[in-house]
Amino acid sequence: MMYRIVAKKPLAHKETLFEVEAPEIAAKARPGQFLIVIPKEGGERVPLTICDYDARKGTVSFAFHEVGKSTKEMGTFEEGECLSNVTGPLGNPSEIKNFGRVLCVGGSIMIAPLLLQAKALKDAGNHVTTVLGCRSKEFLFMEDEAKARSDVVYVASDDGTVGEKGIAFLNELLRKERFDHCVVMGPVVMMKTVSEITKPFEIPTIVTLTPIMIDGMGMCGVCRVTVGGKMLFGCVDGPEFDGHQTNFDELIKRQRTMLPEERLSSILYGADGGCKCGRQ
Amino acid sequence: MEGNEPEMKNPRAKGGDEDVEMPRQTPKERVKNFSEVALGYDEEMAIREAKRCLQCKNPQCRKGCPVDVPIPEFIDCILKGKYDEGIAVIKTKNSLPAVCGRVCPQENQCQMRCVKGKKGDPVNIGRLERFLADWEREHGGKIPEKAPPTGRKVAVIGAGPAGLTAASDLVRLGHEVTLFEALHVGGGVLSYGIPEFRLPKKIVQNEIGYVQKLGVDLRLGNLIGRIHTIPELLEQGYDAIFIGSGAGLPQWTGCPGENLGGIYSANEFLIRVNLMKAYNFPEQDTPIRIGKHVVVIGGGNVAMDCARISMRLGAKVCLNYRRSRNELPARREEIENAEEEGLMCNFLNAPVEFFGDDKGWVRSMKCANMELTEPDATGRQACKVIPDSEFDMDTDTVIVAIGQTPNPIIQRTTEGLVTDPRRGIIIVDPEGRTNLKGVFAGGDVATGAATVISAMGAGKRAAKAMHEYLMDEGPRGDSSSNGN
Ligand SMILES: Cc1cc2nc3c(=O)[nH]c(=O)nc-3n(C[C@H](O)[C@H](O)[C@H](O)COP(=O)(O)OP(=O)(O)OC[C@H]3O[C@@H](n4cnc5c(N)ncnc54)[C@H](O)[C@@H]3O)c2cc1C
Ligand SMILES: Cc1cc2nc3c(=O)[nH]c(=O)nc-3n(C[C@H](O)[C@H](O)[C@H](O)COP(=O)(O)OP(=O)(O)OC[C@H]3O[C@@H](n4cnc5c(N)ncnc54)[C@H](O)[C@@H]3O)c2cc1C
Ligand code: FES
Repeated sequence: MMYRIVAKKPLAHKETLFEVEAPEIAAKARPGQFLIVIPKEGGERVPLTICDYDARKGTVSFAFHEVGKSTKEMGTFEEGECLSNVTGPLGNPSEIKNFGRVLCVGGSIMIAPLLLQAKALKDAGNHVTTVLGCRSKEFLFMEDEAKARSDVVYVASDDGTVGEKGIAFLNELLRKERFDHCVVMGPVVMMKTVSEITKPFEIPTIVTLTPIMIDGMGMCGVCRVTVGGKMLFGCVDGPEFDGHQTNFDELIKRQRTMLPEERLSSILYGADGGCKCGRQ
Repeated sequence: MEGNEPEMKNPRAKGGDEDVEMPRQTPKERVKNFSEVALGYDEEMAIREAKRCLQCKNPQCRKGCPVDVPIPEFIDCILKGKYDEGIAVIKTKNSLPAVCGRVCPQENQCQMRCVKGKKGDPVNIGRLERFLADWEREHGGKIPEKAPPTGRKVAVIGAGPAGLTAASDLVRLGHEVTLFEALHVGGGVLSYGIPEFRLPKKIVQNEIGYVQKLGVDLRLGNLIGRIHTIPELLEQGYDAIFIGSGAGLPQWTGCPGENLGGIYSANEFLIRVNLMKAYNFPEQDTPIRIGKHVVVIGGGNVAMDCARISMRLGAKVCLNYRRSRNELPARREEIENAEEEGLMCNFLNAPVEFFGDDKGWVRSMKCANMELTEPDATGRQACKVIPDSEFDMDTDTVIVAIGQTPNPIIQRTTEGLVTDPRRGIIIVDPEGRTNLKGVFAGGDVATGAATVISAMGAGKRAAKAMHEYLMDEGPRGDSSSNGN
């Protein structure tokens, strides 16, 4: 099987979208599911969320942020080259139905898969408000797609160089407007903050958890998370969970368990000592 | 044990002739590397060992073999120097001899029944099987004839021993076989579970290559239940399906603190090290973090493998088992190997709680002492906690090796498939038929964690039943006749 990259689109600094030939996956993929990508033979199994699929063309797309060795290496792939393996679709699809008024909040690279869900929710008859969160102006991407796929779009940046400064404006928005459902995809700290904001308003909030994964099919348990006091596996019970029930602090600690090794790998790979951006 | 690695001896009295020892790496040497421990017989050794076989008229050894390998016949071929015939004899019954020769518990199977064992050492059947399989790999094997095409299509799920066996038997019977494997590498536990130093991965790859050469279409990275469900495969035109998806779901202790960093399921640890080759990190991309004081919880073969890997990664390892030495379920040979390499055992205790540092990494654990109860009617002793017996242990890595159950993805996505709700296994009859027409299952997914050879046996029996089913069913698309 050849997983050929048919399109490589730069989204922002060190953020890239690949469209890859994988007809069987394309036929089965749904919003909210993810892939496991092995860039080169002998490489890591990297979990990445599906951000588009086209059954007719036989392609799936994912967007990635270069954070460590594997994603940096993937960034060097060009159109026409092949990935060693792509497994999927994995995980449960998102619940898509007419909830009424939906708030979609995306942060950094996860904006790409969030917009796939926003589109599906809009097609299902929802009124969709989308919030694009980024670190600063130069990291903002897919604003036009967001506008096309939602009824209202807000932009927020950590440093205020574009749109609202920080995510706190959501408090006000929620006081002014009613929402029936909220979907958050982004860095874990951001998902935690948004869940804390929506909780007093009692808006059901779905987060996409990104624990470390290896197999992505329920074999190893490295992806275990605590939700509602129960141990669940991110890969087979998720990746989407109830944000009001999620133990985010435990997840943040578990994401960092291999940090020294990841740094070493990154330093050995890139002369620049590894990119520190996007660390959660 | 003396320094120069004597072969492990049968403690029973010797009846004259002794078996031929197999050279092994010394414990001192091998604990520093991941190369195979047992080095195999050379030709002279194999012939010397083969001579010990009495060629019984009514061979008991064969009755101990779950797949009925004609043991005296292949040993006779070794004696005559006809190695290619010998391997052909084995392969009539067993398509993975290089694997079975290494990891089968022969001491409980064929060798346990060998008449020579009554007075002394039984014939080392496993080592002779391994010798022939290794000889074939070095000299290039033959691809056996296949039956003419039947026009029937079969899907086999899982490329572990059960699936590989069912697939190779079915393809030889003339059916078109697609083998779906969820991981990016075939072999099942042979690839991700059993470590390199007991079963080199190039041998597993060679066996998979053989199955592919027979004509099986192996599709890696296909998680059935997600990419296709069982009902979808039937709709797509597969006439029968074999599920050999194994028992890959880790079990947990359920103690508080189990989600701390540094606490691995045996599967995570094994997958990192064996499948992703983390022992070669950073040359390989997947890391493993191991501390100085590893505690392995459990007492089976999986626990022994985790312990032996940890020692090779440079840690001091302690095995915590809730019963006593006599009840250790691991193979004797593996326990002795592990102890020679420096394993310390801590019997009759169970974990109560794990404690971590501010970064969320495990630093110590609380355990409770256990005692065995009076044997029940079946002679089995349960174990129970001794009240107020808790004690603390320092540790920076814990590996939980207390068993696996079947992965539920297929069961959850196949409506109507009957499973045992408690153990998660798929219910089958002795030939591997599930309650669904045309759907068969076998190996660990139908028994719970067992052995390579029992999984192969299940694959064989199911292949036979599937063949009958496929040939009884009318031409493709005609579902008027009733199957199972
Ligand atoms: C279900 C899921 C969906 C994801 N979707 C996306 C996506 O669409 N786009 C995207 O850019 N990233 C996504 N991620 C995160 C992505 O998998 C990691 O950024 C990537 O594995 C980092 O690998 P690396 O070698 O480049 O970095 P490393 O240097 O190895 O790690 C950098 C950080 O990434 C995380 N990480 C490392 N290894 C893994 C792993 N095997 N699994 C999960 N996280 C890991 C850790 O928190 C680590 O601190 C997703 C993760 C999960 C679990
Ligand atoms: C560490 C360890 C050491 C062991 N040592 C020994 C030993 O020395 N001797 C011995 O006899 N036995 C040993 N065993 C047990 C033995 O390996 C197993 O009993 C045997 O491998 C079971 O074979 P199987 O084919 O049923 O399943 P597995 O070997 O588990 O293979 C199942 C395969 O199915 C795949 N799969 C699962 N779900 C799906 C799906 N939905 N779609 C597609 N593919 C799927 C899996 O990825 C896997 O490759 C050991 C086991 C372990 C874990
Ligand atoms: S990634 Fe291994 S169980 Fe989820």
